[in-house]
Amino acid sequence: MWKYTLRRILATLPTLLTVITVCYLMLHMTPGGPFDSERKVSAAVLANLQAKYHLDLPLWQQYLYYLNNLLHGDLGASFRYADWSVNDLVAKALPVSLLIGGLSMLIAVFSGVLLGIWAALRQNSWVDHALMVFCNIGGSVPSFVIGPLLVTVFALWLQWLPSGGWNEGQWRFVVLPVTLLAVINLSTVGRVMRGSLIEVLSSNFILAARAKGLPMSTIVLRHALRPALIPVISVLGPLAISSITAAVVTETWFSLPGLGKLIVNGASNRDYTLVLGLVVLVTFVAVLFNLLVDLAYALLDPKIRY
Amino acid sequence: MSAIQPTQNAALLQVQNLQVQFATNDGPVYAVNGLSFALHQGETLGIVGESGSGKSQTALAIMGLLARNGRATGSIDYQGRNLLALSERQLNTVRGSQIAMAFQDPMTALNPYLTVERQMTETLQLHKGMDRKAARASAIRMLDAVKIPAAASRIGMYPHEFSGGMRQRVMLAMALLCEPAILLADEPTTALDVTVQAQVLALLRELQKDMGIAILLITHDLGVIAGLCDQVLVMYGGRVMEQGSVAHIFHQASHPYTRGLLGAIARIDGPGGPLVPIAGSPPQMGQLPAGCPFAPRCAWTDGLCDAQVPGLQDIAVVPSEPALRYPAKRACHRPAALLHLGPSAGGAHG
Amino acid sequence: MAPAARSPWLDARQRFMRNRAALVSLLILALIALVCLVGPWLSPHAYDDTDWNQMGIGPTWDGWHLFGTDELGRDLLVRTLIGGRVSLTVGVLATLVSVSIGVAWGAVAGFVGGRVDAFMMRIVDILYAIPYLLIAIMMVTILGRDFYLVVLTISAFSWMDMARVVRGQTLSIKSKEYIEAARAIGVPTHRIIFSHVVPNLLGIVVIYTSITVPGVILTESVLSFLGLGVQEPMTSWGVLIHDGANVMESSPWMIWFPGAALTLTLYCANFLGDGMRDALDPKTR
Repeated sequence: MWKYTLRRILATLPTLLTVITVCYLMLHMTPGGPFDSERKVSAAVLANLQAKYHLDLPLWQQYLYYLNNLLHGDLGASFRYADWSVNDLVAKALPVSLLIGGLSMLIAVFSGVLLGIWAALRQNSWVDHALMVFCNIGGSVPSFVIGPLLVTVFALWLQWLPSGGWNEGQWRFVVLPVTLLAVINLSTVGRVMRGSLIEVLSSNFILAARAKGLPMSTIVLRHALRPALIPVISVLGPLAISSITAAVVTETWFSLPGLGKLIVNGASNRDYTLVLGLVVLVTFVAVLFNLLVDLAYALLDPKIRY
Repeated sequence: MSAIQPTQNAALLQVQNLQVQFATNDGPVYAVNGLSFALHQGETLGIVGESGSGKSQTALAIMGLLARNGRATGSIDYQGRNLLALSERQLNTVRGSQIAMAFQDPMTALNPYLTVERQMTETLQLHKGMDRKAARASAIRMLDAVKIPAAASRIGMYPHEFSGGMRQRVMLAMALLCEPAILLADEPTTALDVTVQAQVLALLRELQKDMGIAILLITHDLGVIAGLCDQVLVMYGGRVMEQGSVAHIFHQASHPYTRGLLGAIARIDGPGGPLVPIAGSPPQMGQLPAGCPFAPRCAWTDGLCDAQVPGLQDIAVVPSEPALRYPAKRACHRPAALLHLGPSAGGAHG
Repeated sequence: MAPAARSPWLDARQRFMRNRAALVSLLILALIALVCLVGPWLSPHAYDDTDWNQMGIGPTWDGWHLFGTDELGRDLLVRTLIGGRVSLTVGVLATLVSVSIGVAWGAVAGFVGGRVDAFMMRIVDILYAIPYLLIAIMMVTILGRDFYLVVLTISAFSWMDMARVVRGQTLSIKSKEYIEAARAIGVPTHRIIFSHVVPNLLGIVVIYTSITVPGVILTESVLSFLGLGVQEPMTSWGVLIHDGANVMESSPWMIWFPGAALTLTLYCANFLGDGMRDALDPKTR
């Protein structure tokens, strides 16, 4: 098992390195950017940049210093803020994103799996159709349309919840953003779970299990669930990646001080190094998540043996 | 010579006028049309026919495992109850414990995500109320009986770690674990190569002798029929074309389809000669002709054959024990005498 | 009696015609495209015309402001149509670029095979693992928001599905017996490619093109919504939704009309893609 894990870890390195290198080089080519002699920055910022990025050294040395910094967890200096490094800004924003992202993913997976199973067992009933319509909507209507819908209904009409803001994470401000993200992710999980369970239930070994006189509940739990979950697990990786988009939109829309908002602001501000640091960080997290998903997949499927 | 009386066993399984139809986008498809037979304890009934003749659907109908769009009518009597009228819950008490089924392709019929042990012990736990340890011991014994080497160490493995022949034996072992009265074996040898086939057939014979089970054997292979069956039903287009004892079918068959089948196989015991295939292709089950389903391919048809479905009628035979036990019948408008030209005649005679 | 032979294209067209959702979607999309193209010429308002009498009002027949106006008095209907022009144009252009890249990439990888194939597909895998929005944000930050750069950014992350699928199909075609047979009887390679490989690729290319389109339109809208898409004075549905979001409480029509237009277009494009897939996918035959 460990050899397999190691191999999977090694496989992620090219991805990380590619992203880091390409972004870093892109930054170097930017006119007016941190590495350009035409940059217009305050003296304080310049000092920070100098310290972190070693601007006077030849390119390949700068690059190595940069990688070294990354290995030590240093994401760099901001191009706009002299007082805060990228790490400082991230430290403030990360907990927000983790809370919203983590909570919504948990809810989405849990309810997606349960609803998908329910719909598959009651195929073509009203439950099934309702779920499919729901997943259809959640999957194709853009997040920045669902967001306003939620706000309109729950904040403007019913006035149950605030329409945005963070207020130090008070629960009322968490509900709508988490709901938005959960709905979007649930649509994929539910659809995949339902489709996958329906397909498994039509396999020959399920027919053989029924021929043994096993009750349906046993068949679903013991025979069908494990193979049916496999496509669901394998979709979690790409789902996490695509939900980053939805997360950024969500944070922007609800004005949550998370990583998404940070990166969007950084982009409008042209805070190049901040954006670079955030891109590297989020890519790293995404790759890590994918790795975990791969390992879970290997655990579930006995045909993959290390 | 004293007259031989037919034995008076009540049938274990009595199928009357079974019809199976499927609702499809292109209209109803009649997979089985009016099938009747009786299966007694300890005997083997073979159903032989091409793919699409309705044989597998018969087994699935008995088990109540037809696809969602399938409907079975008629009656299937087992121990005084009509299986077709039972609820799913009631059927579950019969399936696996009284009537068991061994499926055609053991690679897809065994759950690849569960160990063989789990798949075997669950039936014992369910139907016999055994605990895990006792069930495991019982399963190992059964695996030994089907000649799986090192059963105790193999039982914890996954299906993909077994060879094809062994998987088929595991499948059989699983079906027989609860000592059912009837085994439905759907093409038990089709997925195997010839030497393994012989072993599996020998195994079935032995198990039948030891356990006294009745076997419904479904196959397209006449060789398998010859090796194992007491009674044979020849199906085509969802109907029985000819039925009788195995000796009758092989030596005195008088239906054009049966003769065609026999003429198309290689025989050691007859005169050598070219194999004669049956002209044409199997019927489309959604578009069966109005008359005899075999008429389009038959060399002996006359006008009536295309217009009217022939009923199944008794044939007069030389009395013998098997002949009395398994009365011979055929469904053909043309007289039997027309086709009685010796053993393995093909379809070329007119 | 064997059933009459049917060409797969005829088969596909028949199946497509039976799919009412897809047909209706096609109609609606065509209508939307037509209206966006022609509408602004027919409207009495230009998209930046200020109507001093009617600023920030809801939908009304008065003055032909059927969608209402924004706080600067600009007619929302015209702006929605113009925005539609931009969104759809970006959609079409980015799809064309992305399809070209994807087909070329996949066909070469599948045809050449071996290590070239492995390498090319590795790159695809890496791109899949990257959250595209972040890179898009990075690119926009660095390169600015020129219209064609936006199209390029969007295309850069939309071609992978097509490449994968085309590669798979090429591989399977390459190993089919009829290719061997054609080679064996001496058919020249270019003829093989045109008569055998391309027609078998066409189906899958059409399917994935119709699947790419909504994705691309959505990507542009997301970028614009975040303020990172097309720049003033150009507007697109994403930009309109962004603007409308700010005044949602007081002028809800500002967000709902462009939002509805975008959602309707995406829905129809999705149904169309599904319909194409059902009609053309050999596996579901």
